[in-house]
Amino acid sequence: MSTVELSIAAPEARKAGNWLLVATVILLCIWVLLPIYLLIVNALSSPEEVTAFPKRFFPSFDFGSLSFFINFAGVARALWNSVLVATLTMLLSIGFGAPAGYALSRFEFPGKETFRFLVLMTRAFPLPLLALPLAVMFIRTGLDDTAIGLALVHTTLALPFAVLITFSLFSGIPVELEEAAWTLGCTRLQAFRKIILPLALPGIAASAVFAFTISWNEVFAAAVLTIENRTLTAFLLQSLGESPLYLKFAGGAALVIPALIFIFTVRKYLFAMWGIANR
Amino acid sequence: MAEIAIKQVAKRFGGFTALHSIDLTIADQEFMVLLGASGCGKTTLLRIVAGLETPSQGEVWIGGRRVDHLPPRERGIAMVFQNYAVFPHLTVFENIAFGLRMKKLPQQEVEGRVNRTAELMHIEQLLKRYSGQLSGGQRQRVAVARALAMEPDVILMDEPLSNLDALLRLEMRAELKGVLAASKTTTIYVTHDQVEAMSLADRIAVMHQGHIVQAASPVEVYRNPAARFVGSFIGNPPMNFILATKAADGSWTVAGLTLPGPKSDKQTIEFAIRPEDVDTGTEGLHATVRVVEPLGPHTLVTCDVEGGLFRAILESNATVAVGDHLRLLPKPDRIRWFDPETTNAL
Repeated sequence: MSTVELSIAAPEARKAGNWLLVATVILLCIWVLLPIYLLIVNALSSPEEVTAFPKRFFPSFDFGSLSFFINFAGVARALWNSVLVATLTMLLSIGFGAPAGYALSRFEFPGKETFRFLVLMTRAFPLPLLALPLAVMFIRTGLDDTAIGLALVHTTLALPFAVLITFSLFSGIPVELEEAAWTLGCTRLQAFRKIILPLALPGIAASAVFAFTISWNEVFAAAVLTIENRTLTAFLLQSLGESPLYLKFAGGAALVIPALIFIFTVRKYLFAMWGIANR
Repeated sequence: MAEIAIKQVAKRFGGFTALHSIDLTIADQEFMVLLGASGCGKTTLLRIVAGLETPSQGEVWIGGRRVDHLPPRERGIAMVFQNYAVFPHLTVFENIAFGLRMKKLPQQEVEGRVNRTAELMHIEQLLKRYSGQLSGGQRQRVAVARALAMEPDVILMDEPLSNLDALLRLEMRAELKGVLAASKTTTIYVTHDQVEAMSLADRIAVMHQGHIVQAASPVEVYRNPAARFVGSFIGNPPMNFILATKAADGSWTVAGLTLPGPKSDKQTIEFAIRPEDVDTGTEGLHATVRVVEPLGPHTLVTCDVEGGLFRAILESNATVAVGDHLRLLPKPDRIRWFDPETTNAL
C-alpha cells in the first residue's frame, strides 16, 4: 500500500519543488538584474527622460546624461585616480598574493594552517573600525591623500582573495610537472618560469582583475583617506547630495559596467576559488 | 658507467619512519625493480635517488660520485612519473626536446634526438600534438621518450604502467624491456605488480615496511624467499604455510606427514610450499577439498589442511570434487622452512 501512496505523492511533491525552484530563480534574477537594468536604462536616457514618468522599457540611447557626467568638473581626474589606485592594488596584491599562494600549495611549514586562517581574518575587521587609526597614521607618515596610501589599504582587502585564488590555481597544477622539469635540467626558478607560470598565467590574470575590481568598487576607505585625490567612488559619494539624478545614474553606470565585465570574464577562476565546478 | 650505491639511507617523516637504513647496490646497466605493497617505502627510495626527497641519513652514489646533496638536474638521471607528467602547454616534440634545450644542445642535435626517440617509441606521427589530444598509452610513450632522449646514465621509473589498462600494460611492458635493454642505462623501476617485476627485472628488491627483505634475481626470489613475507607476497596464488612440529632432530611432522628438515631448537617451525609444487598420491598431507577452480591449463584446488587454507595447482585432467579427501605430496626439493618468530628462512 505504502508504495502506491508514494508513487502518487512523489510526482506532486516534485512538481511543487520545481515550482519553488523556478520561483526562487526568478526572484533572485530580479533581485540582481533589476537595479542593473534601471541603472543602464537611465544612464542611456536624456536628462529629461530620467526624471520623467512613466519610464520607457527600452532606453532612448541618448548620451546626454553620460556626456554631462564625463564633462562634469573633477570626474576625469577622479576616474584617473580610480584607475591608478586599482592598478597599484592589482600589482601589490599579485606581487604578494601569488608567492603566498604558491607557498601554501607547495610547501609544508609550521603555522601553515594558522597562516591560512590569518589571511582570511583580515576580512573580519570592519573597515570603519580601522579607518580612523589608519587615517591618523597615514597623516603622520605622509601617506594620506596619496594613490599609494589608498592602494595599500585596498591591497589588504584584495590580498586574501589573491592568495586563495592563486593557492587553488597552483594546487591544480600537478607537482609532478615541476619535478619532471627539475629532473630535465631546470632549477626551481626555471621550472616555475617555463612550466608553472605559462599554465597559471590565465588564472593569475583573473586574480589580478579581481583585485582591480575590489579597489575599483571600494568607497569607504577612499572617502576617508583622500581629499584632493578622490577616486570615482569617493567623488560620487561626495557629490551625491548636490548632483542631479541623471548624473548619479551615469556615474553609477560608469562604476558598475566595467566591474561587471571584469568579473564576468574571470568568473571561471572565482568559481574555482569558491569550490564550484568550472561551468 | 653508472653504478648506483645506496648506503644506510633512512627517511623519517615526523614520527613515521618510511625507510630504515637501506643498503642497496645496483650494477651498471642493471634493471632493478623495487617491489612492494603501497606504503612500503619503494617510491620514497626512488625519489631519494632522484633527488626529489632528501634522506634523513645515509648516502647516495651514482657512477662513483656522491649525489645526495645535489639537485636532481645534476645527478645524470631521467625519471618517468606514474601520471606521465607530460607538459600540457607544449607539443610532444617540445616535451621530448625540453631537457635537450635545457642542456643547450644545437637545434640540429635536438631534432635528431627527438626524431630518433620518437621513432623508437612509435610516436613520430604525434610530434605536433598536445598532451590533451593523446591517450594514456601515448602519453606514457611521450614520457618514456622524453627520458630516453636525455641519454641519461640512470632511468628512474615510478609505476609507469599502473595507469594503463591491462592489455596495453602487457604490450608496453614487453616494449619497455626491449627499449631499456638497448639503451644500456641503469634502471630502477618501482612497481607493486609482481608479474611486472618478475618479467622485467634483472634483480628484484622486495620491500616491506621500510626494509629491503630480499634483493635477488626473479627466480631466486620466487624459489628461495628469504623471509615468509616474500613467499606470501610473490606468486599468485601465494605460498602455502603450515606449522610443523618436531618429530626428531632434523625431522618434522606436517599434517600427518613426516619430512626431513632443518635442525632447530624450536618445537614448531613453518613448512612452506608453492601451490604448483605438490602432487596427488597415496601418501602426503591430509587435505579436504573446499573449492575447485578449473583454469584451463591447470586446476586450482583450495583445501583444508590442519584447519588452514591450502592451495594446490593440479593438472587440469585431475578429477577432483568438493569434499574429496586428498593426499598432497610436496616435491622434496621445493620445500622451504621458516622460523615462525623471526619469519626468516631456515
